[in-house]
Amino acid sequence: MNIPKNVYLKWYESMLLIRKFEIRAAQMYGQQKIKGFCHLYNGQEACIVGAVSALTKNDKFITAYRDHAHPIALGIHPKYVMAELFGKITGVSKGMGGSMHMFSKEKNFLGGHGIVGGQIPLGVGIAFAEKYKKTKNLCITYMGDGAVRQGAFHESLNLAMLYKLPIIFAIENNGYAMGTSVQRSSNVTDLYKLGASYDMESLVVDGLKVDEVHKTITKIAKKVRTGIPILLEIKTYRYKGHSVSDPANYRDKKELEKFQKKDSIEYIKALILKKKIGSEKEIEKIDNKVTNTIKESIEFADKSEFPKLEDAINCVYEQKDYKFLKE
Amino acid sequence: MRQIQFREAIKEAMSEEMRRDKSIFLMGEEVAEYDGAYKASQGMLKEFGSKRVIDTPISELGFAGLGIGASMNDLRPIIEFMTFNFSLVAIDQVINSAAKMSIMSGGQYTIPIVFRGPTGSAGSLGSQHSQNFENWYANCPGLKVVVPSNPHDAKGLLKSSIRDNDPVIFMESEQMYGDKGEVSEEEYLIPIGKAIIKKAGKDITIVSFGKVMKLVWQVSEILAKENIDIEVIDLHTIRPLDIETIIESVKKTNRLVIVEEAWPLASIASEIAYQVQKNAFDYLDAPIKKINNLDIPLPFSPALVEEVLPNIKRILEAVKSVL
Ligand SMILES: Cc1ncc(C[n+]2csc(CCOP(=O)(O)OP(=O)(O)O)c2C)c(N)n1
Ligand SMILES: [Mg+2]
Repeated sequence: MNIPKNVYLKWYESMLLIRKFEIRAAQMYGQQKIKGFCHLYNGQEACIVGAVSALTKNDKFITAYRDHAHPIALGIHPKYVMAELFGKITGVSKGMGGSMHMFSKEKNFLGGHGIVGGQIPLGVGIAFAEKYKKTKNLCITYMGDGAVRQGAFHESLNLAMLYKLPIIFAIENNGYAMGTSVQRSSNVTDLYKLGASYDMESLVVDGLKVDEVHKTITKIAKKVRTGIPILLEIKTYRYKGHSVSDPANYRDKKELEKFQKKDSIEYIKALILKKKIGSEKEIEKIDNKVTNTIKESIEFADKSEFPKLEDAINCVYEQKDYKFLKE
Repeated sequence: MRQIQFREAIKEAMSEEMRRDKSIFLMGEEVAEYDGAYKASQGMLKEFGSKRVIDTPISELGFAGLGIGASMNDLRPIIEFMTFNFSLVAIDQVINSAAKMSIMSGGQYTIPIVFRGPTGSAGSLGSQHSQNFENWYANCPGLKVVVPSNPHDAKGLLKSSIRDNDPVIFMESEQMYGDKGEVSEEEYLIPIGKAIIKKAGKDITIVSFGKVMKLVWQVSEILAKENIDIEVIDLHTIRPLDIETIIESVKKTNRLVIVEEAWPLASIASEIAYQVQKNAFDYLDAPIKKINNLDIPLPFSPALVEEVLPNIKRILEAVKSVL
């Protein structure tokens, strides 16, 4: 597979943007500018960035609540994501969704969903609609390792096979569902094997290597577009606790260090330099650009207005003169 | 008297009952090794071991059903939902199995189980994580629904719920777990199904339950300064609903305001209002007012949360409008 040079640089920029965004989001949480739950993506960047480069802009994306990265990878300016975290009207979901519910119809990102497993049947339905409309698009449905223990996951696999739908079930296996390791949630710990009971083609990819993720998804997407569902286990790791407020005492510091040594951003940077795709100077230029973008994002979120009650009321139904029950 | 947190009261109730009865076990997500997502089972794995304090994968439908099956076969499970928002994944088993087993089997199989966990808003968590299902569960005959408002009540009511031979939905709040209150070291039980007049008063009755009782107490203090004397009723249990206590109170005060965190259509407040107008119509000197959430899902933005939920301003306005 011949990957153009600019794709490598794009990967680096996109992953760095997500990483720096999350680092700053954690700080903003500390300053109480962000309230509620806040699930960070540090460490998992390659899972989405490698998929975006492998797929087309008409393909559909859906995931769970760990969802800040997805719209950014899809090209939404991070300022709109930061504004959403701040609960501002300028956010991607008008401040109505918050950390767990980013959406972007423009970029075909069908959302961040808060009930574990809830987005999986939705992904099946999105794929169903693509087939129904006779497009060649697919839906990549992200979920965590914890979500595969829900009945909804198993029903979804069966439905997708039965109706031959263009869907990639992408399991981001980061080792933990809150404090519960994959090993403590089932006797089946190789998650790709779960596809076997439905005769679904299933494979694993190293989610710390964005080029591997890209290559694998490029390859399987061809098949998926013809109506063959595929399950992809992406092995990754979350650097932070489950959410900002979780100290993650249940895991060994050494385990974290082991993964940080294989950091996905360092990996691609090293590759760029080794293959002479870009120079230290070019890398530095990207670093500065990213730093400025994040700075701009915080300023934007800070300056934006909060929504009014009317704004919320207008988002409940499509029907604008719906008669709500009054007290 | 000693003061303990709400979460400690929950833990003490479960632990005391588990010491008393070996058929009781606790099961749910993160209840064991993590000591509970909100630390309501802190130290219980250590005391009771992994046979009786059991972590589950994220499989609410499965472990709720497991609990019901186990209770058909001599055990007395306590099933924790990390929050009741997630109980919707399991609601089929709760409604179609737990609530129906006794009637379907002609009374042969009763279901001594407690489903417990936090309900309602816990701030800016977005619409999927900010819902009250008290009235949904209370709508279903075959279940009992208990919603305490402070550590003392939580302990006594949870112990009664665990000893009850029918399925009990026991609802807490993330925004109460840290609350401190007096809890006796002596053992006590508080009966299910009895509303309590927490403060006698002559001008108006306010009925509420659960976390929003905290708002009622604030309102009561504000109004006391204006020489308005409120009678405060804490329902404790919303199925069965102790209508008599409310009616007796309204006969005395002639005015009623109901405060409930839930959507307004077919809420508990709606039923209370119906019952009171039917049974105490001649005693009412003003329309009954109810304060619920506004009729919309709770938006995320911190700027909107308070406005959509029952708040002090709206309760005060309601009280003043009927005096
Ligand atoms: C149905 C349901 N049950 C429980 C929760 C609480 N919860 C939120 S995230 C989570 C862990 C999910 O882990 P995983 O699927 O591995 O995703 P990750 O957080 O690792 O991205 C749990 C238990 C929930 N949101 N929905
Ligand atoms: Mg996980």
